[in-house]
Order: sequence, then structure tokens, then C-alpha cells
Amino acid sequence: MNIQIKKGLDIKLAGAVDPAAKVVTASQPQSVAVTPDDFPGFTPKPEVKEGDTVKAGSPLLRDKNDENVKIVSPVAGRVAAVVRGERRKIERVVVEPDGTDAALGFKNSGVYSREAAISLLAATGMLARMRRRPYGIVPRTGETPRDIFITALDTAPLAVPMTKIVDGHKAELEAAVKLLSELTAGKIYLSVGKDWTMGAVAGAEMVTVEGPHPSGNVGVQIANIAPINKGDIVWTLDVVTLYKIGVVATKGAVDCSTIVAVTGSEVKEPALVKTVEGAQISSIIDGRLAKTDHHVRIISGNVLTGTAVDGSDYLRFPYRQITVIPEGDDVEEFMGWASMSPSKQSTSRTFPGHFLGRAFTPDARILGGRRAMIMSGEYDKVLPMDIMSEYLIKAILGRNIEEMEKLGIYEVIPEDLALCEYVDTSKIPVQQIVREGLDYMRKELE
Amino acid sequence: MDRIRPNFEPGGKFEKLHSVFDGMDTFLFTPRSTAKRSGGVHIHDSIDSKRTMITVVLALMPCFFFGMYNTGYQHWLACGITDNLPFWSLMFYGFLAILPKVVVAYAVGLGIEFIVAQIRGEEIQEGFLVTGILVPMIIPVETPLWMLAVAVAFAVIFAKEVFGGTGYNVFNIALVTRAFLFFAYPAKMSGDSVFVATQPMFGFGPVAPDNFTCATPLGQIATASSGDFTLHGIGDTVISSWDAFIGLIPGSFGETSTLCIIIGAIILLASGIGNWRIMLSVVAGGLVMGWIANTCATPTYPASYLTPVDQLIYGGFAFAAVFMATDPVTAARTNTGKYIYGLLIGVIAVLIRTYNNGYPEGAMLAVLLMNAFAPLIDYCVVQANIRRRQKRLTAKLS
Repeated sequence: MNIQIKKGLDIKLAGAVDPAAKVVTASQPQSVAVTPDDFPGFTPKPEVKEGDTVKAGSPLLRDKNDENVKIVSPVAGRVAAVVRGERRKIERVVVEPDGTDAALGFKNSGVYSREAAISLLAATGMLARMRRRPYGIVPRTGETPRDIFITALDTAPLAVPMTKIVDGHKAELEAAVKLLSELTAGKIYLSVGKDWTMGAVAGAEMVTVEGPHPSGNVGVQIANIAPINKGDIVWTLDVVTLYKIGVVATKGAVDCSTIVAVTGSEVKEPALVKTVEGAQISSIIDGRLAKTDHHVRIISGNVLTGTAVDGSDYLRFPYRQITVIPEGDDVEEFMGWASMSPSKQSTSRTFPGHFLGRAFTPDARILGGRRAMIMSGEYDKVLPMDIMSEYLIKAILGRNIEEMEKLGIYEVIPEDLALCEYVDTSKIPVQQIVREGLDYMRKELE
Repeated sequence: MDRIRPNFEPGGKFEKLHSVFDGMDTFLFTPRSTAKRSGGVHIHDSIDSKRTMITVVLALMPCFFFGMYNTGYQHWLACGITDNLPFWSLMFYGFLAILPKVVVAYAVGLGIEFIVAQIRGEEIQEGFLVTGILVPMIIPVETPLWMLAVAVAFAVIFAKEVFGGTGYNVFNIALVTRAFLFFAYPAKMSGDSVFVATQPMFGFGPVAPDNFTCATPLGQIATASSGDFTLHGIGDTVISSWDAFIGLIPGSFGETSTLCIIIGAIILLASGIGNWRIMLSVVAGGLVMGWIANTCATPTYPASYLTPVDQLIYGGFAFAAVFMATDPVTAARTNTGKYIYGLLIGVIAVLIRTYNNGYPEGAMLAVLLMNAFAPLIDYCVVQANIRRRQKRLTAKLS
């Protein structure tokens, strides 16, 4: 199958990794952590307490609603802290690596029943890395998805192709697809881009996707392959997770290493850095940032969906990218709305920068005041789904469940509408609204 | 600004002027507030509603400057001077004629917006920037200032603020202002004595003879008794379609020159601020209805003798198509809806001016009427999307 996405937007930013760049290895982090907030729908309960010794793959957290679903330790070491925030909510579990590569082994025969397959995924933390729609949350072990969708594309700004990680591991991918095929009576779709060189993966329905961001988003792919209807459940994952499931299936161990693209205009030399998932940010970026006298914003993830972090924080799921941009809170800009400066990035033709094909160095300023929805049709230009996004947003704001259902809220998660938030003249926090809408639906209907 | 900011924070000396200060501050300096740390995008497009609104004001400038010239030009003609017209005197006269109206419109409108923003504790919104310049451009030059003030106050309070402010209004504020004047003070808004300035402005300019009258072309057509009419300008000169296109004819301040309106349309379309779907379909609607009327022309309705193209260049049609119908808040929001909305505006505008001799011009009423219907049009388009989704579901279940 071949899908051409026309709507969308590739935001060109300075600080891309040279496609020919070699992978460098980061120093061993002082500590690593898992952050439950990265796994929506997962209500964390601790499996360990401070001082416990864990191996790579040992469970650190379990889901209160589905005790089989675990989040596991990326490294062998000692549990340094279970950090709790307001109302004793677990914010993260910090592990200090002991330098050994002791790993928990998982039995696997290569032949699975459905029960065996799902409990293996749940126990190894792989299920927590997957998402189910509606709601974009961690799947439950008891449900059977209609189909499973896998994306091998990351089209977000400055993202590095996932093939950098999975290339040459076709055996693992095929083993993983075999395992996943136990979970659904439907199909397993694997969407790949033009950079895919490994050919067809046995057991998966191959889909070639072309077009600007958000064509790499699995939600956009679903909408163009087999849209979600009311009552449908589909599971989604990316090809890196697929590869890691393959490692579990073939080697019986969890691979928690990762390659992080360190990108953005404030990075001296954008690079691919090999480290461990959840590593402390400073261990990855130390010595890599350009010297500046202005504030910078370090984002774990990309500029559209990532989370701002400090050096003392930890790498956040999906553990693939760090973007560093100017913060902008120290910039004094006189009458910015009238500016004809070619360094201002915009989709609007009122800015000369629109016509320049070059990469920009935007900062984190919102660049305008929050307004009511004034301009029409802005969202539709960057959302390649058959969704009336303005009306969906209004239905969510009105907490109108029936209307949200009718307008297709089950088909989207916040990342699909991230570009809508970027282009919005009225600076409406679209992703936050969608997240709140999904949470509200889940609370009311489950 | 940072030094005097504390005075305007809660507890400061001028706490009550917080919104005003904020409005000035964000106008002068781009706000330094940055994106949330999680759950949203970290970079934003540079476009904001200030720039959007200012672009519309810029697009209005050709019409505005031409309006200044034409006001002076018509006045000089009215005084019987036809040769060696002093360009800068004409411009200055027009400037003096329009300045008080612009000042009054902005003072009243912005004043109300500032007060409401302060009461609500919100940032001042820039919606009125456009309305404030539009209003003086679509009313006759002889409109008394107090009427203008009353009408602007009425429109801003009852058509905008009671609905929740910029972005929530159902009707175009500038047109509500004009409609209010039109129905409350009909004598001052139509007829043959309001569209040309007859007195000196602040003592500047010549004096026109007493009892001077000159109706707008559409006004003349509406009162014509047969289909065989010639349009006259001041001093019995004949008005051709070319004059109307250039805009040297009596009419409201900013709407006479189709040429300048086209320049404005080009600015709006090139910048992507104005919607081409609406402009295109309004023009198409006007041409279609104009053609129908012209084909079945009858002396009972003299305006039906205008060719379809003349329908577009006389009166406020072009101005409404480019600057009024495209107001994103009150227009249809869906793409399909925009075609229907625009087409109906074009058709109804020509329908009213042709078949209702009581109203020489129908563009204003057509836009206001379709403002009311825009949500319904959108509703139908959205329902089509919902039906598609439901059909998919039933196809799966069966």
C-alpha cells in the first residue's frame, strides 16, 4: 500500500544532525530514571523501595489498574529514590547503575499462546511502550485490538530516522511481528518511508508513506489506512519498540540502550549519542552545548511534543531525541508584530521569512496573546485527517461527549494536532485541550 | 515599561488601568511569555492576531487615501470648480473630513473595549483596530459625529461585548454600526444630500452653493422611472463605468474606487489573510444574479438594466466582497461553507438592490443576513462529516 500525505508542514529548524554522522557513546550516567508521566493511563504503584538492588529488566513500577503491566529498570544497580510529588503521586524512580550488565532473563520458547505473548510484553515493560486508541493510553492486557499499527517514520522537526537504530535487525523485527500476531485477529501494519531498505517484514502489511509531518504520526497513518470507528480498539507502537520486542523474543532480555539525537540551534555539533534509556540529561549534553549568554530550553523530545527538562532531569520516553533552543524570555523585541525581519519563522506570507527555504532558530516564546478562535481553516491545512478540528476543539471545550464522539475524538491523540497548535494565530493550547478531552471521555465512559 | 510596570500590578497605584497598560505593553513589545514546559508545542508560528489585523488595515489604506482625494474632489466639483484642481488641497480637505470620524470611532470603540477588558480582567483585544477604520469608510461623509458615536457604541456593546468579545460576535461589527445608522437615521444615510461634503472643513476649502444635491449612482437608479437612464455626477457630467471603476463618483468615503479595492484584495490574498474562497464566490454570486437580472430587465426595476460587471463596480458591492464578507469571525468557517456563504452574499446583494427600490444598495444587508446564516451553513457541512463517520461505522457493523 502507498499513501501520499499532502497536508502538513515540515518546520525547518537549525541544528539538524548530519545524516552521515557517526554514533558516539556518552559517558555512563550517574543515575537513570523512569517517569510514569510518559505513560498515559498507567497509574504507578512501586514494585521496589529505596536501597533495593535491581537488574536491567527488573520491574520498578506496576499499573494499579492492571497489575501485570510493568515498567522496568533500564540498568542494573541500586534504587536511589522513589520520588513522590503532590498527593504522593510517584514522579519518578531513580536507579544508580552499578556498572554491571546483570539482566533479568525472560523465558521464551519462540512459540506463544495469546496469554504467553501478552504477559511477556507486560512483564518486560514493552506493553507500556505501546499505546491504544481511543485515548492514546497504555494498552490493557485483557483487550483484543482490531489491528496493530507500527510506524517506522519520525517526521517531527529535527528527528533522526528510526532506521538508524533498527537497520540490519530484520530477524528481530520479524520475531516481534510473529509475537504481536498472537494478539490480534486483524492485521499488523508497518508504515515505512523511502529510507526503508530492509524490504518486506514477514507477517506485516507494508505501507509506504510519503509527505510532510505529521505523516510519520501513527494516527495520521491509521486515518488513511483503516480509520478508527466508535467501539474499535487499535494498538500502536513505533519500529524501535518493535525491535526491542524482537530482542525480548529472540534473546530473552530487555535491551534498554538507545541512540539519542542531540539537536537544535544551541547545540555546538548536533550528534547521535548512544546511552541508556532514562539517562540523566547532563550525561548526554555536557560539553555539547554552544556557549551563550542567553537562556536556553532543553527539550527531551522534539519541539512539538517534547518536555522541557534541566540537566539534572532525565531523558523522557520515547528516549530518542533532545532539542535545545533559545528560551527567549530574555529577548526584548520592539513591536514584534510589525517586524519584517527575515529571521522570523512563519507559515504566514506576511513574513519575508516564509519565502526563504532556510532553517530557522526560533525561541520558545508564544509570540502573541491568547485569543478566541478567530481565523478559520488554519488547522485544516496541517491536519491530514478527515476531522473537523475546529469543531472538535470546540466540542471538547464544551465537554460535549456526544459531539466529541461524532466529530472523531477517538481517532486522535494530542501529537496529531501539535502542528495546529504551532500555526494557530490565536495561540490556543490545542494539545492540552485534546489531552483533557480524552481524559474526560475516559473518566465518563469507563 | 518594565520600570513602571509595578504601578499597574494588583496593589499598585494604577491597578484599575492594568488592561490598558498590558495592551500598550504587548503592542510595543512582543510578550516574553514562553511556551508551557510540557503538554504543548515549544515553538510557535510568528503570526499573531495583531499582525493579522494590521495587515487588514494596511489593505484598506489604498481605499482610505483614495477616499480622501475623492472627498475633496467631489467637494470642489460641488463648488463649481472643475479646472486646475489643487491635488494637495483636495487631499487635505478629505483628510480633515475623515479625521474626526476616525478619531470618534476609535475613541468610542476602543474606550468601550478597554473598559470591558478591565472589568473582565482580560488582555485588550485588537479586533476593533479594523472595525474602527472600516466604519468611517462605509458611511456618508456628512454623517454627524454624535450619530457615529452612538452607532459605534451600540454596535460594540450589543453586537460584540454581550456575545463575549472579539471572536464570539455573530454579526460584523462595522456593518452593524452602519445598519444602526441606516435604520435609526435614514435621512442622514441615504438620499441626495449626504454623500458629498458641502461645507469647508475646519475653515478649509471652498463653500458649495446652497441647496446643492447629488445622489450616488445607485441612488439615481433607484429613483429612475424607466430603464433608460443616464448616470450623472456633479454638474451634470455623465458617469461611465470607467469612472465608477476608478471611483471618482459620489458615495461613502472608502467604497467608491473598485480599483483601490482590488489593490486591497491583492494585499489580502497575497498575504493569505483574506480568504479567496469567499471573495471569489461573492463575485461569482454577484455576476450570476446580475446576469439573471439583466437578462430579464424590466423598467419596473431600473437597476436590472445594469450589466453584471456594473453591478460589481457600483455601490458597496466590491468593498463588501473584499473587506466585509471575509471577516473570519462572522463568515462561514468550513471551506465548503465559505463557497455557499459567499455565493449567497453576491446573489442577495444584487437581488436587494435590483428588486427592492426602497434600498438602493443591498451589500450591507446581504452580508448581515448571511452572517446570521453562516453557523447554519457550517452546521450542515459538519453534519456531512459526521454522517461520513457514521456510515463507516454502519458499514463495519453490517
